[in-house]
Amino acid sequence: MSACPVSLETLPQSPEGKEILTCLQCGVCAGTCPYGEVMDYPPRRMIAMMRAGMLEKVFTSDGLLACVACYACMAKCPRGIRLTEILLPLMKEQTLAHLPELPGELQKALQNTLRYGNPMGEPSRKRAAWVKTAGVPIRIFAEDRRPADALWFVECYTSYYPRGQDNCRATAKLFHRLGVDFAILGNEEKCAGECGRLTWEPGLFETLMDYNMAVFQKYQFNRVVTSCPHAHNAFKNRYPALGFNWGLEHVTPFLAKYLDVLKPLLTRKLPYTVTYHDSCCLGRQNEFYEAPRQLLRLIPGVKLIEMVHNSVNSICCGGGGGGMWLDTYFKAKGYERLSERRVTEAVATGADVLAVSCPYEVSRFEDALKVLGYDKRMIVRDVTELLAEAMEE
Amino acid sequence: MHILVLLKMVPDVVEDLEIADGGRTLDLDYLRMILSESDDHALEQALLLKERHGAKLTVLALDAPEVDDALFTAAAKGADRVLKVTGLDAGCTTRLAAHVFAQVAAAQPGVMPADLVLTGVQAIDDLDGLVAPLVADELRLPYLGIITGISTDPSGKIVRAIKEFPAGVRGEFEVRLPAVLGIQAAERPPRYVPVAKVRAASKSVRIECIPAPLPAGDGCPAVNVVQMKRNEPAGHAEMLEGAPEQVSGRLCAILAERGLF
Repeated sequence: MSACPVSLETLPQSPEGKEILTCLQCGVCAGTCPYGEVMDYPPRRMIAMMRAGMLEKVFTSDGLLACVACYACMAKCPRGIRLTEILLPLMKEQTLAHLPELPGELQKALQNTLRYGNPMGEPSRKRAAWVKTAGVPIRIFAEDRRPADALWFVECYTSYYPRGQDNCRATAKLFHRLGVDFAILGNEEKCAGECGRLTWEPGLFETLMDYNMAVFQKYQFNRVVTSCPHAHNAFKNRYPALGFNWGLEHVTPFLAKYLDVLKPLLTRKLPYTVTYHDSCCLGRQNEFYEAPRQLLRLIPGVKLIEMVHNSVNSICCGGGGGGMWLDTYFKAKGYERLSERRVTEAVATGADVLAVSCPYEVSRFEDALKVLGYDKRMIVRDVTELLAEAMEE
Repeated sequence: MHILVLLKMVPDVVEDLEIADGGRTLDLDYLRMILSESDDHALEQALLLKERHGAKLTVLALDAPEVDDALFTAAAKGADRVLKVTGLDAGCTTRLAAHVFAQVAAAQPGVMPADLVLTGVQAIDDLDGLVAPLVADELRLPYLGIITGISTDPSGKIVRAIKEFPAGVRGEFEVRLPAVLGIQAAERPPRYVPVAKVRAASKSVRIECIPAPLPAGDGCPAVNVVQMKRNEPAGHAEMLEGAPEQVSGRLCAILAERGLF
């Protein structure tokens, strides 16, 4: 089943296309786009080309590859046009189809995601290997089919990437202390596919969506709680087309519902000055701005300060929309890495911890801090890691 | 021009390999199979030739788990006809694989004559690179291996093939067709084909299934596997941790202990 029934050909006649054609041509989208200056056809010009029936010309430039699906253009549009949802993925798909060769890093990530269910090309049979290091029991549905309240959809970077696994261990510890009745899919889980869709690969997304929905239907649970804002985004906005009707939470806002229970558990004072980076999917797309900040303020000793660009104005880490696997391509083009732009702003606050809620950001920001020589001045921690640290004896 | 590409699935070493009870084969139930990397390059080279000069492209594969995905992907990329040989035991020997390829190619209507037969020069289960020359021998065709580029002359009867040698030396050979070429690498990396196209091919393309011919000779391989074993680590790396002064001190002590200075 198609996750997005609108094609570039049918777009102008569709309700979504008619909405796009109400564009005022004010240019706020291009101005707010973090890579607007490197695009030959930033969103405003693209819409103008669409009106003129000249979209083909847009595909002659590869500039649209720089769209990192950060939702900034969508959040700022005075007409409320949902560019990141419809036009940009369709245009990006065509832009990539017109390239003589797909950027190698991106091609490998897409092939790995199809074959192994994760973009890193890690063995699908080792997806749940982190469980052995969790420090608390983790129930895997395939081994114990009893119903659970929550299906914890762990996702790729949290399952495999060593620093992502720190997030997993922290989340597992928090769930146990809070008495959450949960289970995971273990090796049956595959990437939710959100970046496949926003990269250009609707077929990959549909394949993953079909697979994950079939696995979901094998077990009984009331809600899906996921560590990844990208998975949250896919489950919320796309999976319902295939019958996804369970409750849905991202771990961070889910934990924020337990503030009263958490508070007495956070006994260890953390002498950190923390600045929080709003993930694009969790923030601009789903407006979870306050929940992570509530959790951070709950930690004894933590002083929370804001970056200049925060909440709806947050600057993307550069990982969305396939940007996670286009660093080499962007570098060859001479583009500034958005993760470096972001940590420069974070360091300027004087904070010593950059707190995040998206598994992509840990690797991107830790790398950017090292590249810029700031790794002695600032560390990156997921909100869950800080909460778990504050729970230690 | 008619190009025949031979594809073979090999164990996917990203996933764990397990040795079966008895210790003489891999556990085939546990294996995942993937298209051999150099066969993928052979397919890409064939697609490039088809795009440049126009050609009919036939792909013949040996049956194995996940081979249908590989064939539908080949069709989505531009193969005109896809066939697979069924009824072979998984993990057949190199000699048997070559024999089956040659027998099926010769017997199946429309597969031969082919002007060019391309296949990977090597596979992880054929490090000696014997499949392509054995196929050439059975088909009585000339063979050239370790090829990294092919161009054809206007007559379409001769190709120029780039062959790699050690120390960065490359040779250019003229090969009169028909011929078998063992591809080390295509002129560009194997292309990406959108998953939607593969899904569409899986609905519209028919894979022709050909029963495997009887093995040549008495069917007994000349070489038998006696035992498979995992490598046993003989040593380990020691990671030095601590402050730079401590690490450098410990490093100097180790070098001194071992008589290295």
